[in-house]
Amino acid sequence: MAATAPGGIPDLLDALFRSESRRILATLIRLLGDFDLAEDGMHDAFTAALESWPRDGVPRNPRAWLVSTGRFKAIDRLRRSARFKTPLEGLAEIPDEEAPGFMEGQEGIEDDRLRLIFTCCHPALSPEASAALTLREVCGLTTEAIARAFLTAPSTLAQRIVRAKSKIRDAGIPYEVPGREELPDRLDAVLKVVYLVFNEGYSASSGAALTRPDLSGEAVRLGRLLLELLPDPEVRGLLALMLLQESRRAARTSPAGDLVLLEDQDRSLWDRALMAEGKALAERALASRRVGPYTLQAAIAAVHAEAVQGSATDWTRIIGLYTLLLRIAPSPVVELNRAVAVAMRDGPRAGLDLIDALLGRRELAEYHLAHSARADLCRRLGRTGEAIDSYRQALGLARQEPERRFLERRLVELQK
Amino acid sequence: MKYICFGYLDVQQWATLSQSEQHDRFDACFTYDEGLKKDGHWVGGEGLQGPDTAVMVRYKEGKVSVTDGPYAETKELLGGLLILEARDLNHAIHLISNHPGLKMGPWEIRPAADLTPMIRESEQRRAALK
Repeated sequence: MAATAPGGIPDLLDALFRSESRRILATLIRLLGDFDLAEDGMHDAFTAALESWPRDGVPRNPRAWLVSTGRFKAIDRLRRSARFKTPLEGLAEIPDEEAPGFMEGQEGIEDDRLRLIFTCCHPALSPEASAALTLREVCGLTTEAIARAFLTAPSTLAQRIVRAKSKIRDAGIPYEVPGREELPDRLDAVLKVVYLVFNEGYSASSGAALTRPDLSGEAVRLGRLLLELLPDPEVRGLLALMLLQESRRAARTSPAGDLVLLEDQDRSLWDRALMAEGKALAERALASRRVGPYTLQAAIAAVHAEAVQGSATDWTRIIGLYTLLLRIAPSPVVELNRAVAVAMRDGPRAGLDLIDALLGRRELAEYHLAHSARADLCRRLGRTGEAIDSYRQALGLARQEPERRFLERRLVELQK
Repeated sequence: MKYICFGYLDVQQWATLSQSEQHDRFDACFTYDEGLKKDGHWVGGEGLQGPDTAVMVRYKEGKVSVTDGPYAETKELLGGLLILEARDLNHAIHLISNHPGLKMGPWEIRPAADLTPMIRESEQRRAALK
């Protein structure tokens, strides 16, 4: 038992809760096989510590003590509810007291967090449900905070979480890190969820940013945790991509909250530290044997980061990276981005031909950015009438306020 | 956060229970409530007498009128309410999901509205009048 002043124990427990509660929860979920019971057990353990540590001293390994106490408290709860013949759904069996791997070392605990991430991001759940569950169970956000961030009613989000948990239970989704064969697919699902969380925060309007949790920040934290637990090239690529995009956040909107395009951004506002870290990670990911879509997108973002001004961008390299990206992950949106890069290198005419061919295939007919890209190229070619038509189409499809204001400004300029 | 939970009683189902079954239900509920108190989740709660005991007070045409209650003769009666302290909405749902009272009828959970900013603004308005 380590000596601590009794008055310091509430503070110590606060600090332990902040730094360890997610790890403890992950281990308890493995030991108890139930999210809610694990959460109850964990809170019981912290309450018990508040009572007994001032009297008995702080245990040598506080986390192990909290895990073990949490498990006993949870089993207590099961026994109490069983006494009243109200077997609670899904909690039918009392877990084996000699559960294997109960008190594993650091490595086992870290695996538990990884297990939790893979369970929350199981492909049987929708990406939206996974995102909500991951933010609540892995990141420790409240239902209300997640609902605010996703602009959803708390009641809707709460039901999504309840259903996701029932699905995990009913479908018997195992609490484990997938084996080698399954890993690439399962990891894709995890990365998709992390990037979804990131984008919710990144494309959010600035006005509401004051009261919502920093979703992009949570996604970056998740990315770092994931890379620490599973040093895979695509995990590294995704973290690089998020850091490089995050580094441009301050330059992306004007003080009035309006959208600023990449080529017009004040590059002195870019966060150099994030950018340097993102570039280094992107380079390392790109040098690996298996280059995936996140790594390629990070490499593209890194080329933008290299340029001291928009006109100094190495468009040939960007086009090459987009071509590669199209080969491994074909998508009309990537084609559109490549067309814009071609326009930057070879002139608006060349880009417009590609975009018209793409729009002719109708896949992007409902995508406002395809119309606004077309409008921009027509504008630069002096085809004002066509530019106005395309801006109007874009405006009819755009839903985000800053984007709408941007399109309206462009329309006013052209109609002068 | 605080959550106000309204517990309803399925009257028809309740009437089919024997006295000892009813006692079992009560014992389970009170035991669970004791657990909520012990864990710091219980802020307050009361059982309600039947709707035939209710009185409605209204302000109408400059006068206060008092009448008998609305006599909501439904299959489910509001039997009591419980104020919970929970970490978030999912935690409140979890606490109610395990409540033995749930076997006697549905519960409605409503997050408490935080009126602090409204009260503060009102205080400022009233202070300005002085």
